[in-house]
Amino acid sequence: MKILVAVKRVIDYNAKVRVKSDQTDVDLANIKMAINPFCEIAVEEAVRLKEAGIATEIIAVSVGPKACQEQIRSALALGADKGIQIETDHISDSLNIAKLLAKVVKSENIDLVIMGKQAIDSDNNQTGQMLAALLNCGQGTFASKLEIKDQKVLVTREIDGGLQTLSLNLPAVITTDLRLNEPRYAALPNIMKAKRKPLEVKTPQDLGVELKQHTKLLKVAEPSKRQGGTMLNSVDELIEKLKSEIQGI
Amino acid sequence: MAILVIAEHDNQTLKNVTLNTITAATQIIGDIHVLIAGFNCGNVAEQAAKISGISKVICVDNELYQHQLAENTSELIASLSSDYQHIFAPATSNYKNIMPRVAAKLDVAQISDITKVLSEDTFERPIYAGNAIATVQSLDSVKIITVRTSAFSEVSYSENSVEIITVAALSDSGLSQFVSEHVEKSDRPDLSSAKIIISGGRGLGSSENFVLLEKLADKIGAAVGASRAAVDAGYVPNDKQVGQTGKIVAPQLYIAVGISGAIQHLAGMKDSKKIVAINKDEEAPIFSVADYGLVADLFEVLPILQEQL
Ligand SMILES: Cc1cc2nc3c(=O)[nH]c(=O)nc-3n(C[C@H](O)[C@H](O)[C@H](O)COP(=O)(O)OP(=O)(O)OC[C@H]3O[C@@H](n4cnc5c(N)ncnc54)[C@H](O)[C@@H]3O)c2cc1C
Ligand SMILES: Nc1ncnc2c1ncn2[C@@H]1O[C@H](COP(=O)(O)O)[C@@H](O)[C@H]1O
Repeated sequence: MKILVAVKRVIDYNAKVRVKSDQTDVDLANIKMAINPFCEIAVEEAVRLKEAGIATEIIAVSVGPKACQEQIRSALALGADKGIQIETDHISDSLNIAKLLAKVVKSENIDLVIMGKQAIDSDNNQTGQMLAALLNCGQGTFASKLEIKDQKVLVTREIDGGLQTLSLNLPAVITTDLRLNEPRYAALPNIMKAKRKPLEVKTPQDLGVELKQHTKLLKVAEPSKRQGGTMLNSVDELIEKLKSEIQGI
Repeated sequence: MAILVIAEHDNQTLKNVTLNTITAATQIIGDIHVLIAGFNCGNVAEQAAKISGISKVICVDNELYQHQLAENTSELIASLSSDYQHIFAPATSNYKNIMPRVAAKLDVAQISDITKVLSEDTFERPIYAGNAIATVQSLDSVKIITVRTSAFSEVSYSENSVEIITVAALSDSGLSQFVSEHVEKSDRPDLSSAKIIISGGRGLGSSENFVLLEKLADKIGAAVGASRAAVDAGYVPNDKQVGQTGKIVAPQLYIAVGISGAIQHLAGMKDSKKIVAINKDEEAPIFSVADYGLVADLFEVLPILQEQL
């Protein structure tokens, strides 16, 4: 079974975000970038399926400028077999990303797609669902457990109120939640080996996808800041404050 | 043109987040229609028909929609879309799952998790865990929108009911099958609509200790939330996670106990009206957003609160 993992290059989750003074976007110059944490979980899950003898090949795909090859290399170091960078000068609407990924799924005969539930920069939470729609296949979003059985995927999903289990026909699209697994760290020899693994570069034209602009970013502003409050000196003071707050509700 | 709002429900009752979503929709000019897709959901449709400010309820009652699987429900919503320029749904996990699939079927974008309606095609939404606010304009003919419900108030109910029309179900996509569901039944208020939330973090140390917090919650009528660390450690189920990648809440009062205040946690609660933090580390970042902070050992404080509140 062939698995595609989609990995996005994003700001490191520990880095501090600054808004540009002209309010056109956030300022990412000199900021530490990393593989989106949910994509890392996707790669880990694919690698585990390969170690279990279920997956035969893992292809890691990233859409973006050349710099995203770094994140593809990270995925290769974690155990993916081949990388594909789809070259675009900026990262566009999720629907375009989904259309590009759909072409790769078809041309590479992919059986299972594993991707993040959410990119921690855009916070969109939509690309996987869009890809599943374009492929007209089943989707298992916010997955906390995966099992492959008789040409089906049994997926446990984190939903409001608890957990839900679905059975999906293959091919299918899975998006990862935090509890699916705990990703390993890449070992140094594997980082070296990853440099020699194949990494293809394709353009949207190569894939026959015409990128369309669906949204326009008009402005990016700082959120309103919360005023720091009062530090209390004793539990008694806390009780007094809580009592008056609760009474007001 | 009319606006379609998709209702959140469990086939028995309409969820309040639907009312916040309708408030967002009323900021665009047009009749509002509410879709109830479910199974044996007639009561929900009748409840919805009494919502103020709407003009029609569309009810699709069929076994196919019992669990609102994305494959079937998105097909249904897409099939109804030709009458609408706007389709709004609450950004619950259910509609985070379904709506992008609708958007892709219609070849349009989705604008996720809006916090403000600026005009019929322009919206505000937080990005980077709420560290920046983007103003986004849709260039598509149909706008697919999910609404951060904590950013909008609830519309009220009226005495009168609007008409309920029924629409037939489509056929089964056959792409996915429901296997099972484990939903916690609890008498506590729901995180998304609670006026008071008390949340615990890694500082609680165990699920047994978390009971201290739950007892206090019951005493003051609060919902219980948690940090990711507390969920990952298994102290509480996943649906209690508050934050960038969990639930976004904005109650009247949020009490954070043994939570450090990582940006991913703050992203989910910093719009609460009042924030109270209890942490033994005076440097904990949670204090930078708290209206009232107390540096103390939570195991000393919780029993006293239990007794005196
Ligand atoms: C992709 C991604 C997504 C994430 N999404 C979320 C999210 O949605 N929500 C979320 O919450 N986190 C999220 N996180 C995790 C986040 O970065 C933090 O790791 C997490 O919030 C920490 O939880 P905590 O505050 O409970 O634990 P810690 O950071 O370990 O803090 C525990 C606190 O308890 C205090 N404490 C300990 N003992 C006591 C005591 N006896 N009395 C009083 N205080 C005590 C300590 O001083 C400390 O401040 C995400 C992380 C990533 C990478
Ligand atoms: N530019 C991209 N390149 C590769 N994968 C992407 C890209 N954008 C989004 N994805 C995938 O889609 C997931 C969800 O992203 P989003 O819908 O933007 O929140 C990510 O975790 C990735 O797996």
